[in-house]
Amino acid sequence: MKIIVCVKQVPDTTEIKVDPVKGTLMRDGVPSILNPDDANALEAALKIKDEYPNTEVDVVSMGPQQASYVLRECLAMGADRAFLLSSMAFGGADTCSTSTTLAYGVNKIGEYDFIFAGRQAIDGDTAQVGPQLAQRLGLPIATYVQSIREIRENSVIVERQLEDGYEVLEVNRPCLLTAVKEMNEPRYMTIIGIEQAYKQEITVWDENDLDLDQNDCGLKASPTKVFRSFTPPPKGKGEMLSGTVTEMAHSLVAKLTEKHIL
Amino acid sequence: MQLSEKYQLIRKLARDFAEKELTPEILDEVEDTGIFPVDIQKKMAEAGFYGIKVPVEYGGQGSDHLAYAITVEEIAKVSAVGSLYVNSPNSLGGMTILIAGTEKQKQKYLRPMVEGDLVIPFGLTEPGGGSDAGDMKTTAVPDGDYYILNGRKTFITMAPFADYSVIYANTGPRESGKTGITTFIVDMKLPGVSVGKEEEKLGLVGCATSDIILEDVRVHKDDIIGEIGEGFKDAMRSLDVGRLGVAAQSVGVAQACLDEAVKYSKERKQFGKYLWEHQGIGFMIADMATKVKAARELVYDAAVVKDTGGNSTLASAMAKYYASEICNEVAAKSLQIHGGYGFVRGFKIERLYRDCRVFTIYEGTSQVQQIVISNQLFGK
Repeated sequence: MKIIVCVKQVPDTTEIKVDPVKGTLMRDGVPSILNPDDANALEAALKIKDEYPNTEVDVVSMGPQQASYVLRECLAMGADRAFLLSSMAFGGADTCSTSTTLAYGVNKIGEYDFIFAGRQAIDGDTAQVGPQLAQRLGLPIATYVQSIREIRENSVIVERQLEDGYEVLEVNRPCLLTAVKEMNEPRYMTIIGIEQAYKQEITVWDENDLDLDQNDCGLKASPTKVFRSFTPPPKGKGEMLSGTVTEMAHSLVAKLTEKHIL
Repeated sequence: MQLSEKYQLIRKLARDFAEKELTPEILDEVEDTGIFPVDIQKKMAEAGFYGIKVPVEYGGQGSDHLAYAITVEEIAKVSAVGSLYVNSPNSLGGMTILIAGTEKQKQKYLRPMVEGDLVIPFGLTEPGGGSDAGDMKTTAVPDGDYYILNGRKTFITMAPFADYSVIYANTGPRESGKTGITTFIVDMKLPGVSVGKEEEKLGLVGCATSDIILEDVRVHKDDIIGEIGEGFKDAMRSLDVGRLGVAAQSVGVAQACLDEAVKYSKERKQFGKYLWEHQGIGFMIADMATKVKAARELVYDAAVVKDTGGNSTLASAMAKYYASEICNEVAAKSLQIHGGYGFVRGFKIERLYRDCRVFTIYEGTSQVQQIVISNQLFGK
């Protein structure tokens, strides 16, 4: 079996600084990590590899050269090959443009049975790249996958997480699945895995390698324009009422009336 | 020292592991029960921590001493006793087999040891001699294909749950002293082998230590490691690596003590100001941070010297001497900053203070390191 896992390097902080002019993220000086949901996606692929030893797991990421660090982390966890789609032309991409570039990358890697991705990245929180990539590749997709129940000849049975439960879906293969953190516990790297990861080449492709027009990638192909970025003001603490239920109800009605809500 | 990306990733692995597995709740339980969870030991072996610099052909990870030092440091920062489990197969017991064992012995003992299936401690110290290890009373007398071992080893870390033990014994005439020492690997189930009562230690609770008693134990000559009479030299070579491990432990614990001091002095107010805003405390912490940094540089330098074939005896002795001494100093100062709270159970600094006390003692006291350093300087 052949699996491609899409991963992203993200800033490891909840206080991401935003460029006040461009409205994009400022990554300098912020420690970077493998996006947590992507680690679950990789673990899901590696679990299949544990079960079907002939499986090959490739990881692909679009990002700057430094993103090779998280690709090495993926190799150290057990991935077989790593591909980095990197070029100045890819800079400033929104999800639409990112998924185009990834689709070209995936097609160049070749045949696959599954594509795994994390549900969403902790920096943008859009959860759009997975579904868009499936659309570009013409693949069936199941998002929010919390469990793979069974791999069949031409399909896969998955549990898809819902707000208050889950649904069981049969998805034709090849397909794209996006993983949630409840799906599994990502394995640790190993020391020997790290040693080997640094002896291995990471394949780097730019727009020319992918045969991708400059106008179809990066900022130029991004219809999303960030109008304004801001940190929402923190919510007030709220007021706790006390007393009996009747007293509290009276007090609540009085306060709502006072604020002209009622 | 600017670490390359590879070593940063190794640090990330060890740090993530320590933070996730060695939670405060687990560590409290270790203190209460004296038992270190077996499943965590197993996970450490799976991550490769037991054979970091052991070659791949013997089940190891094929990495180097710098990776080993970084891993031990990161584990020790969270749990000193946890780092002892990492240290042991990488250094003393494991090293002796690696540097002096035959191919067969390496496959039989070293491989399962680094894979976490065998525990093999290092039996050098005796009741009458730790620093003066050459004055060995344990004897091994040839008897056909066997040697008959008699004697007592003391303060042997992990002895109570060991499968085998590396045992040094005197095979030459007593007067020959150091030249008559030979290394054996002894099955702990052999008739005549017993272990003493577990010591109640000040720190490093969770890794049992006891005596090993040998009474007419018949050990086959195939279980001699290295050459007859070469044991002392092999022990010293193993200790070079062991010292690097203890030095790395010291840096980890010292860093934890520093972190606790910084954290506490940002929380605690006296005379209307945070502790760190009092210059007396600020200067103390500045001094601690500088020493921890210096110790870390010495340890990494010693590791690189070892990896690049330099004089590791000198570098390891200096690193162990300095790092273990400043670790105790930093722990004492951190506890002082914590005031009365540092003296009671429940605050992390109380455990750190107890755990690090042995660092200036085991695997060569500070005074022995000074002897080693001066002997190296004067070419003795």
